[in-house]
Amino acid sequence: MTELLLLALGASLVNNFVLTNFLGLCPFVGVSRRFEAAAGMALATLFVLTIASGLSYTLWHWVLQPLGLEYLRTIVFILLIAGVVQFTELMVRATSPLLHQVLGIFLPLITTNCAVLGVALLNVDRQHGLLESLVFGASAGAGFGLALLLFAALRERLETADVPAAFRGAPIALVTAGLMALAFMGFAGLGAR
Amino acid sequence: MSIEVVLVACAVAFALALALGLALGWAASRLTPATGRLVEQIDALLPQTQCGQCLYPGCRPYAAAIANGEADINRCPPGGEATVRALAALLDREAQPLDPQYGASKGAVVAWIDEERCIGCARCLPACPVDAIVGAARYTHTVISAQCTGCELCLPPCPVDCIVLRPAPAASWRASLHRAA
Amino acid sequence: MARNDFPAGLVLDAHKAQALREPVVEVPPPRYVALALDQGSGSEAEPVVPVGASVRLGTIVARPSDPFAAVLHAPVSGRVAAIEVRETAAAGGLGRCMVIENDGGDTRDEALQPCLDYAATPPDELIARLREAGIAGLGGAAFPTATKLATARERDARRLLLNGAECEPWICCDDALMRSSAGDVVLGAKILMHALAAESCVIAIEDDKPEAIAAVGTAARDLGASVTVTAIPAVYPQGAERQLVTTIFGDEVPARGLPADIGVTCQNVSTAAAVARWARTGEPCTSRVVTVTGSGVARPRNVLARIGTPLSALIEAAGGYRGEPLRLITGGNMTGRAAPSDELGLTKAMNCVLAATFADLDARLVAQELPCIRCGDCATVCPAALLPQQLHRAALAGDAAGLLRFGIWDCIDCGCCDFVCPSQIPLAWRFREARRDLRAQEAAAEKAAAARERFERRERRLQDAAAAEQCVLDAVRQQARANAGTPATPPTDRAE
Repeated sequence: MTELLLLALGASLVNNFVLTNFLGLCPFVGVSRRFEAAAGMALATLFVLTIASGLSYTLWHWVLQPLGLEYLRTIVFILLIAGVVQFTELMVRATSPLLHQVLGIFLPLITTNCAVLGVALLNVDRQHGLLESLVFGASAGAGFGLALLLFAALRERLETADVPAAFRGAPIALVTAGLMALAFMGFAGLGAR
Repeated sequence: MSIEVVLVACAVAFALALALGLALGWAASRLTPATGRLVEQIDALLPQTQCGQCLYPGCRPYAAAIANGEADINRCPPGGEATVRALAALLDREAQPLDPQYGASKGAVVAWIDEERCIGCARCLPACPVDAIVGAARYTHTVISAQCTGCELCLPPCPVDCIVLRPAPAASWRASLHRAA
Repeated sequence: MARNDFPAGLVLDAHKAQALREPVVEVPPPRYVALALDQGSGSEAEPVVPVGASVRLGTIVARPSDPFAAVLHAPVSGRVAAIEVRETAAAGGLGRCMVIENDGGDTRDEALQPCLDYAATPPDELIARLREAGIAGLGGAAFPTATKLATARERDARRLLLNGAECEPWICCDDALMRSSAGDVVLGAKILMHALAAESCVIAIEDDKPEAIAAVGTAARDLGASVTVTAIPAVYPQGAERQLVTTIFGDEVPARGLPADIGVTCQNVSTAAAVARWARTGEPCTSRVVTVTGSGVARPRNVLARIGTPLSALIEAAGGYRGEPLRLITGGNMTGRAAPSDELGLTKAMNCVLAATFADLDARLVAQELPCIRCGDCATVCPAALLPQQLHRAALAGDAAGLLRFGIWDCIDCGCCDFVCPSQIPLAWRFREARRDLRAQEAAAEKAAAARERFERRERRLQDAAAAEQCVLDAVRQQARANAGTPATPPTDRAE
């Protein structure tokens, strides 16, 4: 139990996928202009990460390893992630067409989110079991969501702040992201023994 | 690396792709997109003049076109910049200026029938999409200003050109003073 | 003593002592009065006498077109000289006014009747007579008292609260009135209690007015009225209606609601005194006590003047101008409005004429506002417990949802946040603009929804008409087919 908690803490805060490992930056910057859109994206990514983690472990343990096809993991995992993302897109379109419109191209781009593939491959590297894979995936998703929501809230404030003309838009957003990454460095060593 | 291993690898990849494809196909047939709600949300932001200046036969078809991605959000002159901004906020897009190809924003206007010249032909009555013109054949017609949306659809059918557009009546003369200033 | 501590607001320099040293003096009725048809509440009243008509003191000269404006009476006897657009205190600086030339006689209209036996008058009749008497809120809003009482009766609001707080700096007309006419205040309370079928009444007075508290307390004892005089801490804006209700009764007035919704009716003490004066003498609302003050007048004091008196006459009564004031403000320094000139006529809503210099206004005439530094001082002082910082951000972004979420409609426009902002951001003005834009948006959305409904109804009507036509056509065709099948009828019949 403690191991799982520490794993969760690590994946969400200490080694936050966006702010510490710098993965998944495309949706991080692309969808964070409005808080509602960011919330939708955070949920979608959390969903994808958890399901993809579990399914990729299952496929690894029951198909790839027994058949000695470990070298196929990248392709197979990408296939799986693409399928899960497409399923997520169908769900989003059915429940909230507005969110689907707002997220636009970024929804299918979760497939290319290196954080998702990263989590799947890390599960393999660290030889996590099924439960650990799921917890790792979910925590990574939660950490991604947290970073995304915080960033979106800050960007909404930046819209009406008195920013110098040269910095308006993307530049000040990236400076903010950098400062957030610095802040998250404060979690380093948390849970270490 | 023997041929069997390669074949097994290809078979696994192919089987996975097939399984995913079938699963997604089944899911797609069960999960129908609820575009109706989105169209309603967009329609709620449009001014409901039903004028057709956006080249769609009414506000709801234009809303549906925006939902489908066929039309851009800056085609509505009666809505003006305010509507473009509201749509941009809803759909998280950039707020562009009004497309001049579809007309210019005229501000709040209402139609006014010059009763001296009206011949009571009743051709403007069916043209009004909100039934704001009162009248009958051989009786003078008049526009109910409070219900006129300024869509201008009554102007072409009039054979004596007795309908003009005027600024919408303000709540008080003081407001029109503000507007003039 | 006060029941609740006032959690926010500002303790401001009162600037009232000088004006209170002089007794209340009556300004002689001027040669002409300029009666603004918009006295500050509701839309413009409609004149009911033509130009050239002869009127007496108390003749009804204009009637309101909605229940938010009061009946207007002639404050002098004479002739209606003109009904024209002149400078007024209304937004935009112009308004229609009725100018009446004073014939100097002060002849009363015979129709004026006192109501000495108010206790025997049924409340509905009493309220109707108060409506005819044009009594309006003299605390600055000029809201028709009869409308307020009618709403209170509808919602069974039986707790009467008389507002003698007068928290805004410079204004001290209520204080002067309470000291000199405490009897009228208490009599007014009794009459209002009868109109509302109220069991009790609380008169709230700020604790920096000990003479007024004593005077009203004595009058209450002498008249045997069941009124309680409560002293409250002298904090601005303690006298704001919603805040005062919360301080005295502990309940909050709901957002966009009225005190009547929680069973409270709030009236200003001057309004109560006006009700009493009407009951005693039949005199309608044709005069009021005004504070004429500021460093720009020679002898600040309170004056009793007729409605419509030009402000210049009021300044004369206060010793004339001293130097050149920066602004002539109607109201206090926190919520008052700059007057375009001193030719405006006094309205029922004007409780103060402030000839202010730069120093009087604690003015910070800065050309540019600076960015918000997130100090949070604005939130500390907000009496409605709002977050002006967030409202400001939402107002700048045009974020209607954000404005509503942070309570823009709970803002009482007191100006405290504006006053303390170190970046000198004009917060009160910005929120006023935001509310104006929200109202315009709501109106546009309502209009669009109505248009959509008419359009859809029309579509249905056309469809039904087309369907009915189709039915008829089908029936005719069927009939024709049936006729073709039967033995031929004589052609002549068919031709008919």
